[in-house]
Amino acid sequence: MAQTFFFFYFSGVTILSSILTIGLKHPIHSTVALLSALLHVAGIFILLQAEFIAAIQIIIYAGAILVLYLFVLMLLNQKETETIVNRQYHLALFFGAVLLCEILLALFQSPFLNKGNISPPTGQVAQSYNNTESIGVALFTDYLLQFEVVGVLLLGGIVGALVLAKQTPTR
Amino acid sequence: MIPLSYYVAVSTLMFVIGLVGVLVRRNFLIILYSIELMLNAANINLVAFSHSLQSHEGQILSLFVITIAAAEAAIGLAIIVVLFRRRATTNVDELNLLKW
Repeated sequence: MAQTFFFFYFSGVTILSSILTIGLKHPIHSTVALLSALLHVAGIFILLQAEFIAAIQIIIYAGAILVLYLFVLMLLNQKETETIVNRQYHLALFFGAVLLCEILLALFQSPFLNKGNISPPTGQVAQSYNNTESIGVALFTDYLLQFEVVGVLLLGGIVGALVLAKQTPTR
Repeated sequence: MIPLSYYVAVSTLMFVIGLVGVLVRRNFLIILYSIELMLNAANINLVAFSHSLQSHEGQILSLFVITIAAAEAAIGLAIIVVLFRRRATTNVDELNLLKW
């Protein structure tokens, strides 16, 4: 019962904050709405028993990435514009609605989801699939190559950002 | 016990909102926010299926998605800073140098 209540609370606030993120005029207000959406997504993760991902979501997304966005937003000091949407927004809304109907139709007619909850397998996998220790062990054994590749990607991101944002003295 | 399709429906709604945001808004920063919304929708999907199938592969994949979102934010913000220094705008409708 409480789980159902919290699911509808978290998902409702997530959807509402997402709409506010793309609908609000001022970029700072949009950032605060995005922060609310990310925090409530972390709540959905906790409902799904993924506590580690929820903590990472709060620390990295809401903590690091959003503060970075806010920092650049304060730094830019952009001027107010009259219209926030571009000319083709009717077309964009129409095709967004079409895509939404299409995905939902495909979703609720798929046999995979319609047989209700998928029964979890029995065995030792079912006991320790979601704690942080098993995620860490799998990350450093089965997914070691991917982990290293993601590290190299982050290094490339740092170098790219430095090269892009470096002030060029010659003009 | 909440069925899996509810989580997938929430994720679908969030993804479509992000897509409409990318198509509709003119501010570069808000477009990046919309991309973050779409990545979060994918994360909800991954974690929901991981919970339903009782396996941790989905959670590991969503960890990688969060990492790539961080790298994307760094590069996107660097591009915004360079653009603002040169053109003094973040409106993507005025940035049409590569068009045609």
